[in-house]
Amino acid sequence: MNKLISIDDAVNMIHDGMTIMVGGFLGCKNPFRIVDAIVEKGVKDITLIANDTAFPDIGIGKLIVNKQVKKLIASHIGTNKETGNQMNAGELEVELVPQGTLAERIRAAGAGLGGILTPTGLGTVVAEGKTIIEVDGKEYLLEKPLKADVALIVGAKVDKKGNIRYRKATRNFNPLMAAAADLVIVEADEIVEVGEIDPDDVMTPGLFVDYVVGGNK
Amino acid sequence: MDKNMEKEFIARRVAKELKDGDVVNLGIGLPTLVANFIPEGIEITLQSENGFVGMGPAPKEGEEDPDLVNAGAQYATINPGGTFFDSADSFLIIRGGHVDVTVLGALEVDEKGNLANWMVPGKMVPGMGGAMDLVTGAKKVIVAMNHTAKGSHKILKGCKLPLTAVKCVDLIITEMGVMEVTDKGLVLKEINPEFTVEEVQNATEAKLIISEDLKKMEI
Repeated sequence: MNKLISIDDAVNMIHDGMTIMVGGFLGCKNPFRIVDAIVEKGVKDITLIANDTAFPDIGIGKLIVNKQVKKLIASHIGTNKETGNQMNAGELEVELVPQGTLAERIRAAGAGLGGILTPTGLGTVVAEGKTIIEVDGKEYLLEKPLKADVALIVGAKVDKKGNIRYRKATRNFNPLMAAAADLVIVEADEIVEVGEIDPDDVMTPGLFVDYVVGGNK
Repeated sequence: MDKNMEKEFIARRVAKELKDGDVVNLGIGLPTLVANFIPEGIEITLQSENGFVGMGPAPKEGEEDPDLVNAGAQYATINPGGTFFDSADSFLIIRGGHVDVTVLGALEVDEKGNLANWMVPGKMVPGMGGAMDLVTGAKKVIVAMNHTAKGSHKILKGCKLPLTAVKCVDLIITEMGVMEVTDKGLVLKEINPEFTVEEVQNATEAKLIISEDLKKMEI
């Protein structure tokens, strides 16, 4: 099965009000072309799940600046002043989640788990309203799974079945998000034929991926 | 000492805490400088929470790779033997106790070892990023910072700002001295000879316990 589609086809599947996960770390690769197309289309009322909101003029930072996001779930917003401005003005709802907890909540959704137990956040505002569970004398916070309608992720080398090889520090949240959404679209730097990536080098199996876009680096 | 010399002095003293073979995570800003002063004969592995170990020095101009940045989005390099991984593995390493030392700055730290370094309500809310996991999971937590902020106390009886974690700090290193968090309170173990004990206490809201074996802070 060939999962290759155009950016236009991909963006036609993104609608107002959707919950969208986007891979990347402070703009160290977002799916730039898909995100730019979402900015152009003007999809609104997005619930965005991402590590951060990059920078105002880079990647998903533009979705914030363009006021397309209604709610944000992220670990860090300090590099995009517009995120803080909209939060303080009451225009954007922001849920800040410790980075490791964010990763595990997404992983839990993809792994079919009902949540995770973590010591991170105990005794802080992160624990407010959450259940504390004691295991063998130690306390943990119950953190619930995070899933999305769509995951938009990035791969360096992707074959037409959606098998992904990441490059350097761009892996971050992408493999976790690939498992945690109903619809998964990967934006590739380079698209190759099936078999061109050694099975030993596949980092996210294509079975998680619905569509592939991009190519030509 | 001017501000830059103070920062370097603090970073050099922090570097002396590191042991051969340690896996270390350095926060953004002053803690990052620690990497420049690792003592000879000591080999450490730097962990970067965005997803790799074996972080090397900043790249030369013209050799930057947009796919390789540190957790502060600055261009980075990876040393031979280093490896990349995803965010779940990165925090498995951090939260699971596989990081020996984490060094980070603070807005406030108190005599119980509570730490506040991620937000000032109504003013600055950058988010906690990986800080809450790092101070919860690392085996040793070192706060490296200036002793006061424009004359205001940062080392307090009790933190007033929202906490990053409870009772997580092991050691505080400033331009004035080295303080260990103990069950009895903060023990001043080393003092910068440019200051008197009285001056250090005056710059500290928490009551300092002066070590019977108080040493000169050396770098």
